[in-house]
Amino acid sequence: MELILDIALLSLLLVTAVYIAWTRDLFAAVILAGIYGLLSASFFMSMGAVDVAFTEAAVGAGISPLLMLSTLAICGRAQRANPQRALLALLTVGVVGALLITATLEMPAFGSPDAPAHLHVAPRYIADSMREIGIPNVVTSVLASYRAFDTLGEVVVIFTAGLGVLSLLGLRGDVREEPIHSPMAEPSHLVLRVVGKVLIPPILLFALYVQFHGEYGPGGGFQAGVIFAVGFILYSLVFGLEAVEKIVNRALVQALAAVGVLIYGTVGLLGIVSGRNYLDYSGLAGDSVAGQHLGIIAIELGVGITVASVMMIVFFVFSAQLARGRAVPHAS
Amino acid sequence: MLTHLPILQVILPLVAAPSCMILQRSRLSWLFTVLVSLAAFVVSALLLQQVMAEGVIRYSLGGWDAPWGIEYRIDALNAWVLFIVTAVSTAVIAAARTSIEAELGASRQTVFYTLYLLCFAGLLGIVATGDVFNVFVFLEISSLSTYALIAMGRDRRALWSAFQYLVLGTIGATFILIGIGFLYMMTGTLNMLDLAERLPAVESSTAVLAAFAFILVGICLKLALFPLHLWLPNAYSNAPSIVTAFLAATATKVALYLLVRFTVTVFGIDFSLSALPLQSLFILLGLAGVFVGSAVAIYQSNIKRMLAYSSVAQIGYMIIGIGISTVVGLQATLLHLFNHALMKAALFLALAGVAYRIGGCSLEQIRGLGRSMPWTMGAIAIGGASLVGMPLTAGFISKWYLIAASIDSGFWPLALLIVAGSLLSAVYVWRLVEAGYLREPQSGQLAAEPGEAPLGLLIPTWILVLANLYFGVETSLPVSVTEMAATYLLGGAP
Repeated sequence: MELILDIALLSLLLVTAVYIAWTRDLFAAVILAGIYGLLSASFFMSMGAVDVAFTEAAVGAGISPLLMLSTLAICGRAQRANPQRALLALLTVGVVGALLITATLEMPAFGSPDAPAHLHVAPRYIADSMREIGIPNVVTSVLASYRAFDTLGEVVVIFTAGLGVLSLLGLRGDVREEPIHSPMAEPSHLVLRVVGKVLIPPILLFALYVQFHGEYGPGGGFQAGVIFAVGFILYSLVFGLEAVEKIVNRALVQALAAVGVLIYGTVGLLGIVSGRNYLDYSGLAGDSVAGQHLGIIAIELGVGITVASVMMIVFFVFSAQLARGRAVPHAS
Repeated sequence: MLTHLPILQVILPLVAAPSCMILQRSRLSWLFTVLVSLAAFVVSALLLQQVMAEGVIRYSLGGWDAPWGIEYRIDALNAWVLFIVTAVSTAVIAAARTSIEAELGASRQTVFYTLYLLCFAGLLGIVATGDVFNVFVFLEISSLSTYALIAMGRDRRALWSAFQYLVLGTIGATFILIGIGFLYMMTGTLNMLDLAERLPAVESSTAVLAAFAFILVGICLKLALFPLHLWLPNAYSNAPSIVTAFLAATATKVALYLLVRFTVTVFGIDFSLSALPLQSLFILLGLAGVFVGSAVAIYQSNIKRMLAYSSVAQIGYMIIGIGISTVVGLQATLLHLFNHALMKAALFLALAGVAYRIGGCSLEQIRGLGRSMPWTMGAIAIGGASLVGMPLTAGFISKWYLIAASIDSGFWPLALLIVAGSLLSAVYVWRLVEAGYLREPQSGQLAAEPGEAPLGLLIPTWILVLANLYFGVETSLPVSVTEMAATYLLGGAP
């Protein structure tokens, strides 16, 4: 049964990928990319990688198509084709694909207990993480403690991406912006407004659950941050950007993006202050397990704050750009 | 506190970046960035001293021992690269204020300095770590911030150059990630030393070979090794002047460090040389880079673009050194890493001064500059001499070692070709000197003669110029460090 499921999912993935590359309609490509994300998430799920599946569902199927759609709203949905480029790309893809396939021929069978990945570092994570860190989700233990520095790096990557968008689109002088009207903000879209209003509180609540339940089940700051941001983005889609700006201050969101990284970095420094190494949480509380648990909660909070703020920054900057683009023909 | 030096090296700028974002005052964020860079420089000097005296320093992040946790591992090689990156960054950012104010405008300053700190932290993180996945994470930090920094150039072409670089850079990073994935699949570890121990058992598998190929191509894209250099000239010539100075002197150096680290430490030099015909490949591509880069540079009228192509050529020299793969060859590469950082930083900073006063830097625009901006033009002339490899400049030392290395290992023609390459670089440097000193200024410019570059920009430029001269004569520091690094890497006594 699982085999059939895998084959079905993988063939769907293949078809979607080929169609994304094939189609000239960027709108279709973006929607398909969302579907691709959802299919990958299901595939990861069937492989038992619940945390990865969750992230992929939130990011690949959730927010990234949304951001790509807002880009399309600015740039249009038609692709300018360049056949020569396509040939070069096809050649590169062909070579890379061949290399990938040859490499996977010697890949250990999926789930094989003899695979090197299961014999070297993983056994300690599985056997000892409960004793050393005291939380049931091994994935969270690895991400937030054993390899916490990588995760700090990932948060900084997201922060950098948000700043990059801000530096390109967000700070073009002090142009007086036209008020932004979402087409859906009109009273005729009553159903959307009602459904939106009903959905937003559970979305935010769910985000908080994912945030604080990350030690026990799949989830954590990354997924929670994305889901939390989606709540606000939905609100702005339905009620317009100015409605959101009444409740969230843009400067505050930008500051929060930095604050999240700072929380993570400072918790690490507390390790040094407590006489241990950077990002060693053991000294944060009475005994080392409690310290680890406390440290993980704190850094996950930092992750969640930065991810949510950056997602909101990116979306708001895109929408503001869109509104400015629309404002230009009015002016002329 | 001394035991925490390795992590402070990276974490200082990394935590400083979001703090800078919160500061929100442009003048203050500049000062803050300078201080952070200076602190990082002090840390790197202490680290270098400690490594030279006591050998390798290890630091377990989170208190978890490698390979379960991530470790920082500082030997002579990365201590040296950390030293170069922090030194150049301090000089460049100290010079940045006026140039950035002029080129970026008031509203984007805080974001600029924040991105700069992120890029700085990213590069340092790549160099300091002993864990291959951690390399990837910091590579992403430095790459993303670099794209954004380049796109801030005042010309709209900067956007397109940044996008080009983003596409190629992302392909490179993805290749590196795929390679790391295969390595993990075959060994179950991500720690560099642990990988080096466990790889020989599986080195005959195609997966390891594929990993090697992916990582190699990925790094060479980042490195702008000929013929994968196409992103570099656009990126360098359209970025803000200060960003060009910083990137030219550090980013490709860090990529080169990665190449050495992966081929020599992780895969082992024996595997690297036997798995692919790497020796001849590197020497040939290096030579092609030297000649094509220099030849194209001669025909450029935009000086930033000329020096960008010259960077492609200089990277060629460094790759040749790795290709020779003897201790002296590697030492020549590591020396040139340092010297090239000094000369390119000096040259691009001088150009930042030109761009600040004149508003551009084409050969036309620098005519007669020897009279109106003597100090800036002097910096360009001396930097250029170092680039050619004239005796008494730093550039001479590394060329000398490279030629010695090729003769030592019996590559006589190679030595001649290296000299021929230097002659080509003399041609484009001469075009600069000729325009600056021997040509009359353009008629339009006579009316309003530009003054000398602002002092804040001129002093760091000249510190770098003097460093070019100093390390052309007094070579004990670079030579002893690089000798230690090269012998350590190639299996000699540490």
